[in-house]
Amino acid sequence: MLAALLIVFREVFEAGLIVGIVMAVTAGIHSRGWWIGGGVAAGVLGACVVALFAASLSAAFEGFGQELFNAAILLVAVAMLTWHNVWMARHGRELAAEMRAAGQAVQAGAKSLAGLAVVVAVAVLREGFEVVLFLYGVAAASDPGSGLAIFAGGAIGLALGVVTCLLTYLGLLTIPQRHLFAVTTVMLAFLAAGMAAQAVAFLEAANALTALGSILWDSSWLLSDRSMLGRALHTLVGYSDQPTALQFLVYLATLAVTFALLKLFGPSRLPGPPQSDGVTQGRSARPA
Amino acid sequence: MIFGEIMRMRAPALMVAAILTAGGDVARAQEAVVEITVKDHRFEPSEPRAPANRAFTIRIRNLDKTAMEFESVKLRVEKVVAPNSEAVIKVRALSPGRYDFFDDFRKQTRGTLVVE
Repeated sequence: MLAALLIVFREVFEAGLIVGIVMAVTAGIHSRGWWIGGGVAAGVLGACVVALFAASLSAAFEGFGQELFNAAILLVAVAMLTWHNVWMARHGRELAAEMRAAGQAVQAGAKSLAGLAVVVAVAVLREGFEVVLFLYGVAAASDPGSGLAIFAGGAIGLALGVVTCLLTYLGLLTIPQRHLFAVTTVMLAFLAAGMAAQAVAFLEAANALTALGSILWDSSWLLSDRSMLGRALHTLVGYSDQPTALQFLVYLATLAVTFALLKLFGPSRLPGPPQSDGVTQGRSARPA
Repeated sequence: MIFGEIMRMRAPALMVAAILTAGGDVARAQEAVVEITVKDHRFEPSEPRAPANRAFTIRIRNLDKTAMEFESVKLRVEKVVAPNSEAVIKVRALSPGRYDFFDDFRKQTRGTLVVE
């Protein structure tokens, strides 16, 4: 039972972190519950479908179907995260103003929410796939006594994953409202960079990428990326204890592109004094 | 399943491509494949052997009706293998030694890869 709890929790934990962050990012947007809920539901459904075709998926592409599939959906998530960040940098201000004014932001918010719903779905699908296969195996093993205990363990693991999600969300909400946007923007950028590096790792595992494949460093003696803290950092900022040169480069490139786009499209949204409406305030605040 | 069949038919062409891109390195062209079978939650062989200092692949055949996760901390491998199916894992060149692996879904299912 404990083994089942740990297996399920380990998978759900990573998805929980991501869903928690997305919930904090969308805090205050009217229809977000539907989008995030829809993303989770789509992810669970997707995990079941992928698990159903797991054998064919593994056999595809010379036995590297799983890796290529993971890389593909991770890259979709990276694109959605980057797009959301840039979109929010452009429209976040109007969005906030509209929300305050009339609550008409639903329509505008829906656009960026769709992107984040995809991110949620991808996170749930990737982690849920293994849980589904694991629990299906338990059910197929036809040992009713231990099967029940394992399902109980799985259920507790799932519940702990939901707790992780809520703690992430509530923890982020303790950040003052005026800083929350800047903090979550940076978090999403690192999340995207980590996912991009992970996609590269999958492509390398599938032999699809072989350039710059030497390992840059080995910090597993300090923090293994298989420990709980290592896994958390792996999800949040893309920590890897033995990254290849290519993974590291793609990681840096994703961060650079995101921050360049943010600078290009949303100068007034970056941390620092607001420019347009800050002029009058600045003048009046300046001592004569 | 049909998808899988199509992929299998493409296999010879891909193998030729793999050999051609190996850069004339004869040792790489004859890449070693370590075959491991899982049956009744046991690895067979439980101590497979692999060549040292060159990349190779592990082919795992899961004959059980439950999924398994082939995992090895030292090999940095973590891969789910569906029931009654097989999976391929690419492994980098390793220095001689013993590399433990296990089924993460059933920790008592263990084995050791002997690299020499």
